[in-house]
Amino acid sequence: MHSLTPITALGGQTVRVDTIGNAELRESDGLALASVHGRLGHEAACRAHLSDLLDGRLPAVGKAVLRDPEAAFWTGPDQWMVGAPFASHEDLASQLKSRFGDTASITEQTDAWACFDLQGSAMEQVVELLCPINVRQMTTGDAQRTSIHHLGCFVLRRDPSDWVRILGPRASAGSLHHAIVTAMRSVA
Amino acid sequence: MIINHPLLGPRDSAEFVYMGDARLIERPDPESDTVAEQFHDYAYLRDNPAGTLRELWFHEGGDRSWLVVTRDTRTHEISKVELARDVARSKGRSK
Repeated sequence: MHSLTPITALGGQTVRVDTIGNAELRESDGLALASVHGRLGHEAACRAHLSDLLDGRLPAVGKAVLRDPEAAFWTGPDQWMVGAPFASHEDLASQLKSRFGDTASITEQTDAWACFDLQGSAMEQVVELLCPINVRQMTTGDAQRTSIHHLGCFVLRRDPSDWVRILGPRASAGSLHHAIVTAMRSVA
Repeated sequence: MIINHPLLGPRDSAEFVYMGDARLIERPDPESDTVAEQFHDYAYLRDNPAGTLRELWFHEGGDRSWLVVTRDTRTHEISKVELARDVARSKGRSK
């Protein structure tokens, strides 16, 4: 038998937490992800399935639907990312596949992304240093893809609104963490 | 420079990558009798106008969409921004 030890995106056995000034950066290892892309000619049926999954709420352009257990945000035309707690939805992609059938292409994304929660009164100043999006104009439920430290990342403004969730490429988790911590030190 | 994305609104051009003349959408039919000549023209021949040019931009640091941007090469004024897939579909393409 193999005896494997699960590690977080930053390589630790527990999530890393950095508190600098008025901001806290917390690595999150509890998120299962799957992308949903409506297939050509099945866009309306795909939207109906997604809206059904999310209590009748479909994420509009640049928006997220924040709820439990499944949540979703818009990533492109007829394309969304669905997230859920890893503990209860480790097989999220296959659950979605049986729900959406041939109307959508579903891809497992859990291990492709590193997830960081940045929270505190200095959050807006930190995000402003990191990327060109206008974070002060974003409100709870807004989701944008942008570049942080040359990495394509999603920035989701959550509830309470001093909290953003940053999803970046997991293979570059260390670089992304370095960039965020450097920005936090700059505003502290 | 700001590109007014049709879905996401005004975005910094640093999020985009320039991908060349918008005529690259119109790839010749590989089954055609004059395929060599058509692909020669497609690959090598470009207009280089001092004025309005339609060009492809890829929103790499954003939602990964391809855009057709109409830009004046003398002033960088952008007069029109469309989703490339809408442009291709309006020409009767399936994707």
